[in-house]
Amino acid sequence: MTDHYNDTRPLFAHAGRAADQTVTGQFPTDDTLTGAERTDPALSRRRFLQGTAAMTMGLVIGMHLPSSAKAQSGAAVVMTDTVEGGFTPNAFIRIAPDNTVTVIVKHIEFGQGPATGLSTLVAEELDADWGQMRAEMAPANKKKYANTLFGLQGTGGSTAMANSYEQMRKAGAAARVMLVQAAADKWGVSAEDISVAKGVISHGASNRSASFGDLAADAAALEVPAEPTLKNPDQFTLIGTDVPKLDSRDKTTGKQLFTLDLYPDNLVTATTLHPPQFGATVKAVDSKKARAIKGVIDVKAVPSGVAVYAENTFAALKGRQALSVTWDDRNAETRSSAQMQADYSKAVQGEGAVARSEGDAKKGLGDADTVLEAEYFFPYLAHAPMETLDAVVQHKEGKVTVWMGSQIQTMDVGALAGVFGVEPGAITLNTLYAGGSFGRRAQPGGEFAAEAGEVAKALGSDRPVKLMWTRENDIQGGRYRPLAVHRIRGGLDKNGDIVAWDQQIAVQSFLKGTAFEGMIQEGIDGTAVEGSRDLPYAIPNLRVGQHLMDNGVTTLWWRSVGHTHNGYATETFLDELLEKAGKDPVEGRLALLGDKHPRYRGVLEKVAAMAAAAGKVPAGRQRGVGLHKSFNTYVAEIAEVSDAGDGTPRVHKVWCAVDCGVAVNPNVIRAQMEGGIGYGAGAVLFDAITLTDNGHVTESNFDRYRSLRINEMPSVEVEVIASAEAPTGVGEPGVPPVGPAIANAWRRLTGNSVYRLPLVPPSA
Amino acid sequence: MAVTFQLNGQQVTADVEPDTPLLWVIRDTFHLTGTKFGCGIAQCGACTVHLNGMTRRSCVTPVSQVEGGTVTTIEGLDSKEAKAIQDAWVGIDVPQCGFCQSGQVMSAVALLREVPKPTDDNIDQAMAGNICRCATYVRIRQAIHNAADTLEG
Repeated sequence: MTDHYNDTRPLFAHAGRAADQTVTGQFPTDDTLTGAERTDPALSRRRFLQGTAAMTMGLVIGMHLPSSAKAQSGAAVVMTDTVEGGFTPNAFIRIAPDNTVTVIVKHIEFGQGPATGLSTLVAEELDADWGQMRAEMAPANKKKYANTLFGLQGTGGSTAMANSYEQMRKAGAAARVMLVQAAADKWGVSAEDISVAKGVISHGASNRSASFGDLAADAAALEVPAEPTLKNPDQFTLIGTDVPKLDSRDKTTGKQLFTLDLYPDNLVTATTLHPPQFGATVKAVDSKKARAIKGVIDVKAVPSGVAVYAENTFAALKGRQALSVTWDDRNAETRSSAQMQADYSKAVQGEGAVARSEGDAKKGLGDADTVLEAEYFFPYLAHAPMETLDAVVQHKEGKVTVWMGSQIQTMDVGALAGVFGVEPGAITLNTLYAGGSFGRRAQPGGEFAAEAGEVAKALGSDRPVKLMWTRENDIQGGRYRPLAVHRIRGGLDKNGDIVAWDQQIAVQSFLKGTAFEGMIQEGIDGTAVEGSRDLPYAIPNLRVGQHLMDNGVTTLWWRSVGHTHNGYATETFLDELLEKAGKDPVEGRLALLGDKHPRYRGVLEKVAAMAAAAGKVPAGRQRGVGLHKSFNTYVAEIAEVSDAGDGTPRVHKVWCAVDCGVAVNPNVIRAQMEGGIGYGAGAVLFDAITLTDNGHVTESNFDRYRSLRINEMPSVEVEVIASAEAPTGVGEPGVPPVGPAIANAWRRLTGNSVYRLPLVPPSA
Repeated sequence: MAVTFQLNGQQVTADVEPDTPLLWVIRDTFHLTGTKFGCGIAQCGACTVHLNGMTRRSCVTPVSQVEGGTVTTIEGLDSKEAKAIQDAWVGIDVPQCGFCQSGQVMSAVALLREVPKPTDDNIDQAMAGNICRCATYVRIRQAIHNAADTLEG
């Protein structure tokens, strides 16, 4: 298993996948976060949030090592070779004299559960009591907190558990060894005779026991063991159980602090007005009316638009509304969604860059008995996390301190350093819990951090400045799931077997021109074709072509990235071919999977059994299947759908089977499947960002950019496949299968194929 | 303009512009941050508070309208329904990102006060104004039923 984690390749079996995930070398090669280490951002955050300067003294693994011990501590705090600089001591655990164990969580928590999950890994090896566990977001520090699959500090691609599984367990195991040794030294007994359970360290023979807190100071003086022994899975007491989430209580009582909730002394609140078209810029600003509003402090042009500064939020909002701005649209994207669709549609008539080729697709189609053809349209989608983008930035005495829900800390720090013209070490970035992301906060260029920095800098004051995006900024602010057009032709022979598949995909790349451009390998952008080029079905003549389209609208990864549109196109088209051939959607898929894909088969067979156990399909309803692997997690879903009575679908029920390797916390996995199903269903049913003729965005808030609501949520039943495989992510993989499952059910119910999303037209 | 009202059991006076939404008075003036901003147009429910015992979207409620009224935020919840709802929420780990959950809890508490044993349809009607982008709806529904069971004893 160690090899598995020290080498990313086995995790990404399909061609090119390793390159997609491992982006080392494409990023600024700075090693310059030493300033942040010196100033200890964790301390400043706690001061800020709790108003106390009291630094907890105790055992901090890796932080207070004598230099001679550092070289030996490498293995205990393993970082893979993909991390610049090799073995680096880390600081994942803080055990305080009050007996709390705080896990420093390197992955931002915005709902997918890393705070609980990573703490579980530590607690397991530490044999801690769950009640003593706490979680805290790690400060920005690439050396200590890099994602071992990315080589920089960041969260995404459903990698939090996959890249932390051994790292965090080793950190916990090392701490346990040190605590036990401290007890042995203190009591004058052999460490071998000491046991640890539920946070109590005991020596049976002498009837002595101590808490972690009792021994923290003694343990801190000891050397970190090089190779602590990890438990065998059969010794697990926490991993694999429904450990309660650490943040549920605070999130239920309003106590959980988000960036929006920070009110430091002397705060300035800022809003920004953005251009109405992508690529437009400010030509002239008339700020007279805005400045006349009570509470407005100033108005400044900034690179992203116009910033209004005020003593309170409402004044900032009113000030923004009172602005009169003339925009320069010479470089703006002025096409409508319809025009873009026409352009993309033209492209997919040709042959794109070959992302995958088996046999001879052209000949296969020519020889086929029956050919089915479809052209799919996928609109732009906004992520629309509940907490809009926000940040607090203070530039004081040459130092910049930032509080935000940072998802790629390394890029955000880099962007802020660029704005202020300082070394990255002069930036202290504190990551806060964030109100959702779905990809929106993971910005390759740190664009929002840069905007917040520019806004703070333009004011020219050392007061802290909170920039809050409104929902209109968010819905119209771009970085959407890209608009895409797929053209698929499939051929059946006279036996009804699928003999040819040609899929042409037109979509823009959001990696091109960014620091992540290296993820585009040999002209193929994995985020454009993922889920299609790794289609698991045995089709002898298969071709996937990619057409990367130029477009001025900014785009980004949206929960499950390319898998959303690729999973939808492949699974609906396949289902239609199977139906045309008179085959059962489950049996037909199983036959095409053969014996090479046991994990695909496993989830599909499981979900089929779950639906079957629910009994016959009620009258007036139909069921549809969706099967998709993304981020190395396998998910199959079956949706049961009826006509709501107005010609639109109502989704009653979704069964889901998921195989994500070792199930660290089955309850969190089920929750992510439930949430992924709701998120995916909402988008497929209702959502589109639509550009009008001059490139303006039609939608601006939840009134027209509908979000799934509780009355539209299906009931969901989830089964987690028992597995000893390495754990993989669950934040995204629940999303891709639900769209095709719904559309396939709808087609079987009504005879209508759904080639254009959303399924429910905006006017309905 | 000074507006005086009861906020979580205390009489408070806010000297703000009369058209200031209650949301920003709660947050900016009194630094009660459990009540969230989500849309600003009463579409998402993240800003839900109780005004004179009824749910109210504070983002579109001018503070001048609450003069002499009684406002309860998530921080001021103190009833058997609230305890049941919050315990049920924690009991099955409803929250994911958590940003909408204050509003969800405020709506759910008001529902249980009106309808002690709600059906799924009652829940849909009472909770459809509260968006959760994490789609924790399955658990919200279950937690409300669980809370109702608890109160029933």
